[in-house]
Amino acid sequence: MTVVDDRPETAAPAPRRRPNRLLALLRNSWRQLTSMRTALILLFLLAIAAIPGSVLPQRGISPEKVNEYFVDHPDWAPRLDRIGAFEVFGSVWFSAIYLLLFTSLIGCITPRLRDHVRTLRSRPPAAPKRMARLPQHTVLPAPPGGAAAIAEVLRKRRWRVEVRGDEVSAEKGYLKETGNLLFHTSLIAVLIGVALGSWYGWSGNRLLVAGADKAFCNTRQQYAEAKLGPQVDSADLPRFCLRLDDFEARFLASGQPEFFNATVTVDGPDEPTRSADFSVNSPLRLKDASVYLLGHGYAPVIRYTDRFGNSQISDDPFLTTGDMGLTSEGLAAFPDANVDPATGQRAPDQQMAFTGIYLPTAPEQAPFVRSQYPTERNPALNLVAYRGNLGLDAGIPGSVYQLDQRQVRAGKVKEVGTKLLRKGETWKLDDGTTVEFLGTERYVTLSIRHDPGSTMLLVSCGVLLVGLMGSLFGKRRRVFFRVVPADPGEGSPTSGSSLMEVGGLPRTDYPGFADEFTQLVAAVSGAERAGDGADSAERAGVREGAE
Amino acid sequence: MSALSDNFVTFAILAYLVAMIGHAVEYALGNVRTQVATAAPVRELVGAGGGVVPTPPAPVPSPPTVDRSAGRARLAGLIGVGATAVAAVLHLAALVTRGLAADRMPWGNMYEFVLTVTFIGVAAWLVVLWKRPSLRKLGLFLTLVMVLLVATAELVLYVPIVPLVPALNSYWFIIHVSTIVFASGIFLFGVVPAVGFLMRSGYEQGKRSFPYTLAKRLPGAAGLERLTFALHAFAFPIFTFAVIAGAIWAEAAWGRPWGWDPKETWAFISWVVYAGYLHARATPSVKRNVATWIAVLGFLTVLMNLFGVNIFFTGLHSYGGLD
Repeated sequence: MTVVDDRPETAAPAPRRRPNRLLALLRNSWRQLTSMRTALILLFLLAIAAIPGSVLPQRGISPEKVNEYFVDHPDWAPRLDRIGAFEVFGSVWFSAIYLLLFTSLIGCITPRLRDHVRTLRSRPPAAPKRMARLPQHTVLPAPPGGAAAIAEVLRKRRWRVEVRGDEVSAEKGYLKETGNLLFHTSLIAVLIGVALGSWYGWSGNRLLVAGADKAFCNTRQQYAEAKLGPQVDSADLPRFCLRLDDFEARFLASGQPEFFNATVTVDGPDEPTRSADFSVNSPLRLKDASVYLLGHGYAPVIRYTDRFGNSQISDDPFLTTGDMGLTSEGLAAFPDANVDPATGQRAPDQQMAFTGIYLPTAPEQAPFVRSQYPTERNPALNLVAYRGNLGLDAGIPGSVYQLDQRQVRAGKVKEVGTKLLRKGETWKLDDGTTVEFLGTERYVTLSIRHDPGSTMLLVSCGVLLVGLMGSLFGKRRRVFFRVVPADPGEGSPTSGSSLMEVGGLPRTDYPGFADEFTQLVAAVSGAERAGDGADSAERAGVREGAE
Repeated sequence: MSALSDNFVTFAILAYLVAMIGHAVEYALGNVRTQVATAAPVRELVGAGGGVVPTPPAPVPSPPTVDRSAGRARLAGLIGVGATAVAAVLHLAALVTRGLAADRMPWGNMYEFVLTVTFIGVAAWLVVLWKRPSLRKLGLFLTLVMVLLVATAELVLYVPIVPLVPALNSYWFIIHVSTIVFASGIFLFGVVPAVGFLMRSGYEQGKRSFPYTLAKRLPGAAGLERLTFALHAFAFPIFTFAVIAGAIWAEAAWGRPWGWDPKETWAFISWVVYAGYLHARATPSVKRNVATWIAVLGFLTVLMNLFGVNIFFTGLHSYGGLD
């Protein structure tokens, strides 16, 4: 798409005998599409189309913010949603722009690739008759060896040389077009890499609480949310299990995190059993998956003893609320509480649930709503007890981290008290049942992903960079030498020997060509008379032509 | 050490101000000189003719004025350049002491980032000036940009030193951020000749309205345009590399190479716009003015990414340090 004037002159298409209107239209549209102008317009459209993706919340990045936007802008949001403004980068119009752009790109580089291969296989063209018309031109005494000696110097300087009798043509800088084509081709490879990743890749997020009985195995059902590419089946997921053995976090006095490390035991048919550490910035690499540490928090261990004396333990993770002190909110639900052990009869209105705020470092005084530091310096659990029908049996999907508020509003679940518990403390409820805060377990938030396109992406990005450099810094140029007998009538000091006429043509924008030309001419004329080359070039008065 | 760094920044801003004033004085005196110079040739002609003919020509007081005023203008310009160099040294000292105080590379938040970008910009300017002294008069615009940006950093973006959050604690931090900073600094410098070219080419086409008259003293449009291209062609691959390095890092840190985080989105926009500039520049049918406008637009997207994204949006790159 770059240098247009770099293309070899193609003959104008011969007039068709029977112009087919449809074909003509197609051909013209294709030419329009592959023109530089269109490519530039498409590039700008692409840039503009990306802007709403940064201004509006995007489903793929922060679905909860999209929901917030719907609440805040009830009239605008549905309209925006209809045009895909919350999924800009997957929207029809964004895809249309980049697909058109890539079509234009392919349409542009294919003929150029063909031309370039032809150029690479061809020889430098014959010298023009009137070299004085070239941007660089000079006449000098020829070196004794004539055309062969000139060609030798040029070859040493890695020019592609063609000798035709007394004429030498040389060309250099093919790398520019090679780099250019490489750059544009690797852009296509990048797109293919991305496509491979989204077709054959999968990913899932999940919280993993420390402890042997909390191990997680890589199946579709074990993920809270999982995204499988269209070409991936649940059965294709690699089989392995992870168990969180230890999680270490260090913080500064300000509460800013400084260091994280998770130790897990990897196990499973597709992975050898082993212990492994990973952290932010250094994920756990498995054979067909990578495990990333995204976050961490606490899972309070809560024991509830019902009126029949049966104890149950809840150690569900409490989700962090995003503050520095890791204030966490969560739910401990005991739907099987108060089941009569004698009859096995359930008492649906006697289920228990506790919503709570966990403060790793509780303040000295109330209100106990905000933790002051992320480690457990003064852990406290602020619980609200609820009794009634939790609504878990109704089969309506609900969050495991929140009490179903519909049941509360319907009066089926009633609040029965509030209490702040320290570690090891027990709270006796109004019906004689007890709840005990035993301690906490650490949990980590994991993202487990597989992207089969990443290698291709990486390689094509490397090639892209190399191509880009070649394309930007390569300079295509030609020089021509013609050895002519000196005109004895001129009475020049070198009469009797021969002269060489030199012309130079930069084929791309190249401000330094005059200097290179001067040096090259000096090297050639001084090839066998070491030393005075530069002087003679100066004497000849290398002239810079008007371009 | 941290306080020392803050002092260096303050003095650097003062030195940039001095440099700006120096360049401005050169501009102003340059105007005087042209007024005299346009009048002077006539008198000199008279003087030259009168050298032979013994007619007493009017004593010519203006040539000394021309010389003196031209000399003064030159002196002011050189003071500007000297002050810029001093400012750059102070600027570098501020960065080094900040880095020493923090015991890490000084790129942990927006304040440090802007400080580094502007330093790269001024260092690149001094290198170019070393090679092409004729560009000196661009210094007025460059120092203006420096004063504005460094002062903004000092007054608006300043945050005390804190260590890096674990997410930033990786060798990719050095690779990704240093190249981004470097490319942004060159882009920042590149916009100066770009704007200079737009004004100067208008001036050369005979436009004498406000922004174009500023370009009266600037070097020729063609040279400015070539410099603009050279800087952008130099910075673009570095920027590309920085974005790729960022993608590699993002894969390790966040599990995906590219996720359309606001910062990534704007880096994409900048990349596309600058790619558009390079294509437009290489296409003969696109006017150089149009191409250069694209480069200016590209710089606006870089600014948007530098300030706007940190201030208006929240994303994974929220290390600005401002609340």
